[in-house]
Amino acid sequence: MRDVAIIGVGCTEFGELWDKSFRELFVEAGVSAIEDANVAGGKIDALYVGNMSGGRFIEQEHLGALIADYSGLASLHIPSTRVEAACASGGLALRQGIIAVASGYHDIVIAGGAEKMTDVGVETTTDALAAASDREWEGIMGATFPGLYAMIARLHMHKYGTTQEQLAAVAVKNHHNGTMNPKAQFQNEITIDTVINSVMVADPLRVFDCSPISDGASAVVIASADVARKYTDTPIYVKASAQASGTISLHDRPDITTIDATVAAANWAYKMAKLTPKDINFAEVHDCFTIAEICAIEDLGFVKKGEGGKAAESGLTAIGGKIPVNPSGGLKACGHPVGATGVKQAVEMVLQLRGEAGKRQIDGANIGLTHNVGGSGGTAVVHIFGRDK
Amino acid sequence: MSVPRFWRRLKNIYNLIGTHCEKCGSFLYPPRNMCPKCRRNGMTIPFKFKGTGEVLTYTIVHTGAKDYTKLTPYILAIIKLDEGPQLTSQVICDHSQIRIGMKVKAAFRKLGEESEKGMIYYGTKFVPMEG
Repeated sequence: MRDVAIIGVGCTEFGELWDKSFRELFVEAGVSAIEDANVAGGKIDALYVGNMSGGRFIEQEHLGALIADYSGLASLHIPSTRVEAACASGGLALRQGIIAVASGYHDIVIAGGAEKMTDVGVETTTDALAAASDREWEGIMGATFPGLYAMIARLHMHKYGTTQEQLAAVAVKNHHNGTMNPKAQFQNEITIDTVINSVMVADPLRVFDCSPISDGASAVVIASADVARKYTDTPIYVKASAQASGTISLHDRPDITTIDATVAAANWAYKMAKLTPKDINFAEVHDCFTIAEICAIEDLGFVKKGEGGKAAESGLTAIGGKIPVNPSGGLKACGHPVGATGVKQAVEMVLQLRGEAGKRQIDGANIGLTHNVGGSGGTAVVHIFGRDK
Repeated sequence: MSVPRFWRRLKNIYNLIGTHCEKCGSFLYPPRNMCPKCRRNGMTIPFKFKGTGEVLTYTIVHTGAKDYTKLTPYILAIIKLDEGPQLTSQVICDHSQIRIGMKVKAAFRKLGEESEKGMIYYGTKFVPMEG
């Protein structure tokens, strides 16, 4: 396999973007990635698009062709492929792009992700998201996504003594990081009290424990390491790309508080990169709910199982802490346009590793990790990026 | 969910019929055609569970799923059946009573309904053993 690098990144603002359509969002992100890489459109060999539920959110399927067309690439007839793994669709699109280049099949590809979630009512959005769990054996019993993660949280609190305030500390940290990200949906500070006094969604998770419904798109230009050097002096290398599957239903996991697909993907990624969790300088993890970040940092090996609750509270995962987590604001504050999220995590990696992350820049960022989860853990995607190969 | 899709699973949902693998002895609910341990070497047969178990974890859902809004707030739980498998269902009891480790038994109850004139779903929920 060939070494692979990211040579350009682009991202729209995330939020309730009433005046922008799905196709406008994707083109905006794609064009900014191409401009950032300074690559001519004719040099692009293929497109990979992460999207969870265009069919439910905008009643549009066949998104690969739509995006190639509206990116002005239809006349070049390059392949364009939509990739779906619920909330991990973006991470999967990124991985497909990396595999295509690493294999030698293509030299330069774009991997992007986009979701337009606010063109339908909240009930439809919630129901579309519930399709990431098992419709026949979870959904039919009244399971909602916050409900599933709430059951993880309840058991984590029971087993490890994790508190409401520790959950809230994750949201407070990520909102603080969001204040330094001009693309973030929420750029306001909140307090522990804001979270623990907010409306209950699924006990013990309150509305401020949940990531929002968002519109947005993100894209990266991926090239082989040889080709990358022709375009940039600061290629960001892909040191590992790993994907793992787990049971689609939460109830079938051996341990409800461990996403074993995350553990498997992380182990493969560390092995591939010849690194350990201690070597990672910072991470973007899948904090669809505050409890999800707590489980993620445990499952990725940054802290011991059961000690994730203390991490945000003690400042371990803050910018300036030992292992900064979600400097972009994460899904919680930056927003979670489902298909875009996994690619946005890679955009944040590149900005941080190039030293272009502005006020939220992490000092000495050399190696970073992204972690993207589909559903309650049926899919997990882990990537490791570095300034060096 | 469409009528045939629900109808196809009626006996499983109403009577808690899952799968037993005669090869490795695994008990599986929800039902599966393929034993996750033995895969294609497994020998799976339908199996009716006793319907007793305990609450492994739970939540009280305040923003209900589509078709369940009339029942909101409700207790959603993962139940560990005495034979081993775990499933997602609801527990019917006073909200202050629910706790991890609570012994429960299956009960036939209304699950949800599709608007005023739509289909009403019935299925297996759980009630406290002592109740």
